[in-house]
Amino acid sequence: MAIVKNDSLIEQEWITVDAEGDLPSSDENLIVPLERFKEERDSLLGRNGGLGVQLNPGDAPEDLAEDLDRLSIITVNFPAYTDGRGYSYGRVLRERMGFTGELRAVGDVLRDQILYMHRCGFDSYDLKVEGEVALNKVRAALKEVSVYYQPTGDGRVTAQSLRERRRAALQ
Amino acid sequence: MYRYDDFDRQLVHERTEQFREQVKRRLAGDITEEQFRPLRLMNGVYLQLHAYMLRVAVPYGTLRADQLRQLGMIARVYDKGYGHFTTRQNIQYNWPKLDEIPDALLDLAKVEMHAIQTSGNCIRNTTTDQYAGAAADEIEDPRPYCELIRQWSTFHPEFTYLPRKFKIAVTGSPNDRAAVKVHDIGLRMHQNDAGETGFEVIVGGGLGRTPFVGKTIRDFIGKNDLFSYLEAILRVYNRFGRRDNKYKARIKILVHEEGIDKIRELVEEEWSQIKDGSLRVDDAEIAHYIEQFAPPAFETLADDDADFERHKAENRRFANWVRSNVIEHKQPGYAIANVSLKPIGGIPGDATDTQMELVADLSEKYSFGDVRVTHEQNLVLPHVKKADLFALWTALDADNLGTANLGYVTDIISCPGLDYCALATARSIPLSQRISERFSDLDHQHDIGELKIKISGCINACGHHHVGHIGILGLDKRGKEFYQITLGGDASQDASIGKIAGAGFSEAEVVDAIESLVTKYIDIRDGGERFIDTYRRVGMDPFKEVLYGDR
Repeated sequence: MAIVKNDSLIEQEWITVDAEGDLPSSDENLIVPLERFKEERDSLLGRNGGLGVQLNPGDAPEDLAEDLDRLSIITVNFPAYTDGRGYSYGRVLRERMGFTGELRAVGDVLRDQILYMHRCGFDSYDLKVEGEVALNKVRAALKEVSVYYQPTGDGRVTAQSLRERRRAALQ
Repeated sequence: MYRYDDFDRQLVHERTEQFREQVKRRLAGDITEEQFRPLRLMNGVYLQLHAYMLRVAVPYGTLRADQLRQLGMIARVYDKGYGHFTTRQNIQYNWPKLDEIPDALLDLAKVEMHAIQTSGNCIRNTTTDQYAGAAADEIEDPRPYCELIRQWSTFHPEFTYLPRKFKIAVTGSPNDRAAVKVHDIGLRMHQNDAGETGFEVIVGGGLGRTPFVGKTIRDFIGKNDLFSYLEAILRVYNRFGRRDNKYKARIKILVHEEGIDKIRELVEEEWSQIKDGSLRVDDAEIAHYIEQFAPPAFETLADDDADFERHKAENRRFANWVRSNVIEHKQPGYAIANVSLKPIGGIPGDATDTQMELVADLSEKYSFGDVRVTHEQNLVLPHVKKADLFALWTALDADNLGTANLGYVTDIISCPGLDYCALATARSIPLSQRISERFSDLDHQHDIGELKIKISGCINACGHHHVGHIGILGLDKRGKEFYQITLGGDASQDASIGKIAGAGFSEAEVVDAIESLVTKYIDIRDGGERFIDTYRRVGMDPFKEVLYGDR
């Protein structure tokens, strides 16, 4: 109901379509499930509007290797917060495949998972709450913890790097 | 021993505050019990039969005296005066109140402890050899690597919502006391042909309703590469592990269904892409952690101590305790002292607040303030001078902690069972107590020798019955408890899963059944054979016969 990206609320500018059925007009910005993208790739890439792909659990982000620079957005569906496959998809897309477009978490996106999503490369969150409430949840979630042990592609400095810097400074 | 630095401390404090906030949201009704569940589970808070239960992590089973003393205080203030040490080297409190748990966590944080990831579908507390850093047979102290695993796995953003829980165990000794072959990942330190020390990586072991002995996915991984390799395994598991059925979601099922070769291929492919990345740990960093676990300031002593020998000669009960509970130390003149939490007729793994405080005091006096928790639910003072053993035992014995039964038939592993657990189908504690009483005669226990009885109160196998030399599984048959016996299980380097002997026994029959098995073993054993050796030599049939006759 509200999408938070880069510490702001943003408008929903994308239409997410099903695996089957008619597509909206060529000018609309579309997000299509990976399966459909694979089947109708050429015609989808030939449309005028923007194009994004949705990954569902079980999908392989590697299938998008050839087309990443043509996609403005990838949404990763978390049908239940307990299904954590999307975290791996996020890291693979960002850290291995070098995807630089918008990476949005959709589905059962809850406050207590947002920091993990951010650490795995997500930069926008489609929450099931309204405007300011959503924004406040994301803000609170992202600042709850300030020590990070794992190096991921999110740019946060790990405890280990800080320790090394400190040791180097003392030498 | 590892001491938290300000980063570790800050993280635990932030987590404590975060959980306090989550509890507040739950108590205010902002989140449902359903939404709160994974949050409390990530902090070790379970809902049991009668109350919430708090499970506190004891990373790799190592405690300092001040930490154990604080655990005793928490037992007194937030519980009913006792705690229960578990098969995962953790401690559980059975009666905390939800609104007081944040305060208990704060008290834990004061001594650098927490309940993080003691539950939930994440990487759980890493376990290891309780004699790490002390054992004479050790290749290398595994704890520096355990601490690095602790940090790598704590709030790992990618692996916090795995298909199912994930347990890693490490042994630095060829004699496996950490049951590494029945963990999701087992790491066994050894040397390769080039003389480098590294790890054999074993994957897909586990107990539960579908027990498996783990399979070797890689014979050798160097220390620098361990963490990228673990990450590769976890990523493959997170992506491809089954999520359609909770009972088929552990990595052991993935390994079993896909085959170890296929899993190895996936892991190696994944690893090849990350092995040179930021998870590579350099020698300097490893050295830094090894330094943290440097041996304490041992005195140079003769290995023999005349007073120690004299006390043994003069005091039969002390001599018995030394015989079973004292293990050889790598340092001359020192010994490893095991503190049994299995008094005859007691509740396996339970310790009172004052017992914890006593052991904490004694560890300061005699063992450099170092205490270990074992997966067999006992405590260890790892570095005791032989000359101090008599004084130590005298003090332990005065508080019912001097039982001489380590590894014996009364040193039983038992889950909490139906007395506490919402999942249990039968009670396990009362049965362990009755078996313990039946075999209370110490000479008889010593004559029987090493015999590991492990009791689980349901198919989830928290009591490790699958790897008991004699395993007992409590089930429910039309509202009545009955107990299925398995034979031939083993959690050591020769790991094996026990086989079901036959039909189960009623609660009234099962202790007699166990005794008949032991009697049979004594009749047919060869020389110094242990029960498990005899079973392996003669097989199931002779034991089946005493249990069932012509039935």
